[in-house]
Amino acid sequence: MIISSGVLARRTVKRRIPGFTIRWQSTTGVEPPPAGGHLPSVATSQYLRLTREAAFRTPGLSWADEDGSSPARNIVGGRETRKMNTYQAVRDAMSVAMMKDDTAVVFGEDVAFGGVFRCTMGLAEEFGRERVFNTPLTEQGIAGFAIGLASMGQTAIAEIQFSDYIFPAFDQIVNEAAKFRYRSGGQFNVGKLTIRTPTMAVGHGALYHSQSPEGFFMGASGLKIVIPRSPIQAKGLLLSSIRDPNPVIFMEPKILYRSAVEQVPIDDYELPIGRAETLTAGSDLTVLTWGTPVYHCEAALHMLADPPSSLERLIPPSLRSAKIELIDLRTILPWDVDTVTESVSRTGRLVIVHEASQTAGVGAEIAAEVQKRCFLKLHAPVKRVTGWDVPVGCQYEKFIIPDSLRILDGIMESLNY
Amino acid sequence: MLRSVRSLHIRSQTLVKGRGLANAAPKFPAQSQGHLPTSNSPLVSKLQFFNSVTSESGQIPTYRVLDGMGKLIDGAEVPDALSEDFARRLYENMQLLPTLDNLLYNVQRQGKISFYVTSYGEEATIIGSAAALAPDDEVLGQYREMGVLLWRGFGVNSVMAQCFGNQEDKSGKGRQMPMHFGSPELHFHTISSTLATQIPHAAGVGYALKRDPSRRGKNVAVVYFGEGAASEGDFHAGMLLASTIPAPTVFIARNNGFAISTPASEQFYGDGIAARGPGYGVDTVRVDGNDILAVLNAVKEARRRCLESGRAVLIEAMTYRVGHHSTSDDSFAYRGRQEVEDRKKIDNPITRFRLFMESQGWWSSDEEEELKRRLKKDVLEAFKRAEGVKRHQLKELFSDVYGGQEPWNIKEQREELASLLKKYGEVWEPWRNELGNFQDKGQELFKE
Repeated sequence: MIISSGVLARRTVKRRIPGFTIRWQSTTGVEPPPAGGHLPSVATSQYLRLTREAAFRTPGLSWADEDGSSPARNIVGGRETRKMNTYQAVRDAMSVAMMKDDTAVVFGEDVAFGGVFRCTMGLAEEFGRERVFNTPLTEQGIAGFAIGLASMGQTAIAEIQFSDYIFPAFDQIVNEAAKFRYRSGGQFNVGKLTIRTPTMAVGHGALYHSQSPEGFFMGASGLKIVIPRSPIQAKGLLLSSIRDPNPVIFMEPKILYRSAVEQVPIDDYELPIGRAETLTAGSDLTVLTWGTPVYHCEAALHMLADPPSSLERLIPPSLRSAKIELIDLRTILPWDVDTVTESVSRTGRLVIVHEASQTAGVGAEIAAEVQKRCFLKLHAPVKRVTGWDVPVGCQYEKFIIPDSLRILDGIMESLNY
Repeated sequence: MLRSVRSLHIRSQTLVKGRGLANAAPKFPAQSQGHLPTSNSPLVSKLQFFNSVTSESGQIPTYRVLDGMGKLIDGAEVPDALSEDFARRLYENMQLLPTLDNLLYNVQRQGKISFYVTSYGEEATIIGSAAALAPDDEVLGQYREMGVLLWRGFGVNSVMAQCFGNQEDKSGKGRQMPMHFGSPELHFHTISSTLATQIPHAAGVGYALKRDPSRRGKNVAVVYFGEGAASEGDFHAGMLLASTIPAPTVFIARNNGFAISTPASEQFYGDGIAARGPGYGVDTVRVDGNDILAVLNAVKEARRRCLESGRAVLIEAMTYRVGHHSTSDDSFAYRGRQEVEDRKKIDNPITRFRLFMESQGWWSSDEEEELKRRLKKDVLEAFKRAEGVKRHQLKELFSDVYGGQEPWNIKEQREELASLLKKYGEVWEPWRNELGNFQDKGQELFKE
């Protein structure tokens, strides 16, 4: 997998470890292109929408600045896009949300100067320090403060600097935010709460800048968990999350902050929460993933169809024409069971790919539900390609986080079953 | 004086001893050597440690108005607003608490409700602070603050409805344990069992009040918690947030000497909760929590300062948990029966205020009898009424998990329960008996 983003490294330095800096070292990007030609990377992904027209064709996109009762018009003609990377799209979403909602505030550690990943750049200048402010370094406090604000009907957009550091807020999120509406008989709620947090591996993040904790929150009914894969997705899904009547944890794959670039509509739009998106249609096998691994899966699909010479003898020609369906789950809770089971019922095979470790990960939940609903349609056991059940050891990352080769191998194993 | 109980006395002795090494009053040279760029702290040439927030290394004093016999102590002032009517209202509400406690504690013993928490001994702290607040100040409680709701007119029927979890329970539709009240109309945020989680919420609520043009400068957030809960990280977070991101938030610590079985001496080594306030840059006061007039004055002034400065204020109310921690606790397993009996006699907040009322000619033993009889009757009637009220519809077990569209998993599980009930509801006795307690006996679940 080739994700080359030398600049990202400078932003991922965690100031919790004074004087300790981690520099981006691509473990693969420095290699010459394989003999079979360039594989798709984030930079060249087909799933990124590089033109204005393509951006407007984003499935499920709905404009949030139009009154539903107004007559239909040709929106394409009147709207604009701008080239944005993921952090710019996240920033744009927050700016739109704050512009339209005077109660909306953005806070967390180091957000006032723009954030360690630049997601809040210029927001303090634009909206003032009363609406965009730093908090003391306390995750349980940030989550608790946000819950208090949201319980008063105000829009709270909180940031946890890395999802690895969300655990001090676990009690506030699981026992408080998730249960707030239920326990009060619907009298109080924290629906206006959104917690943004960078997630997933970054090449050198080791144990505490690499985690994918979505699975830990999956059992917390009352929460929603959303993970975008690209700038268009990030903006649309974040705006939906901020406006959803439930507390949402919005996990942003940090390696995509700079590497994923698209034409993003500049107007206010939303993408649906709770709905997966089928990126490539197929009939032989379903690959289900979310976040960063979307691009590893894309590369794996290319390797299967057109193997690089180094792998040629390992990939049976009979498999190369397999039609693989790729689905981006996007929402982890509540996940889109209809799209997934419809797909698996057609293809008979499912490979689930996620970065988090395997045991009791999100893949386990989905695999169980799919085998229940698609038992008679399955031609192979559900295969999970995930991180191993180990912490993310710094120098071992290449062999821990599933890459395109492991995904390819999982696909072949399932096809050969 | 408040700490005259033997164990506490011993504790304070050890405290003084324990601090001996760092106990000498810090005397820094008058001549300052300047200060560091990140601090206003004067540079000194003498190596000296310190361990107190007061000068002379004493403990933070406890503010009091009435002595144990209900007499004004020297130099103390009665609150301005203390008319006879207001005093009577305070007294009635204080008396209502033990009336409810006596009945509900006993019916829990008979298995009629599942759980109960009394307020014995803390009546002055709760009613006095409630009376000092504006009726629309946002209150976040721990679980021993039912008196705040009663003061605001919650009514004994609502108390019963919540404790029974019947269909009149608006606090939580029968979902939470007894004593987990809530009322948006009365600005009382729903109680949860998780200790101290409400403390950082209060900072957020305070900030929300400050950002709301219709309430800015008018309302404060008020958060109650025990001295045990103050050991949680959320206490630290809440104090830190409300002081750093200035928010009008009044923190009220009920220091009643015990967190279940753990005496305060095993909860902290410093000078109570009050000593922590200045560490966060927060105006702080310690008050005799068994003296309703002291609590009233202190909370009123705290509220005024809080509104004026837009920042947090901390009050530590010193009291004593006369009752067991809850109905699941027998406190004589860890403290002497005599100790509690003594405390009830020597320092009873209700008696103390009654003596004061009598000294003003505002109260008599006839009125006392009449009040007790009336409250008992009201409470008993409400109890009997609540006993006969059915629970909410069974389908409410699935609602309110999410706002907006119900997710598929919850919908499917609701349907699964419905089909199980259809199949077994009439024949499986444990379910049949239970269904009888619900309005519509769960039938509404198959109709959807």
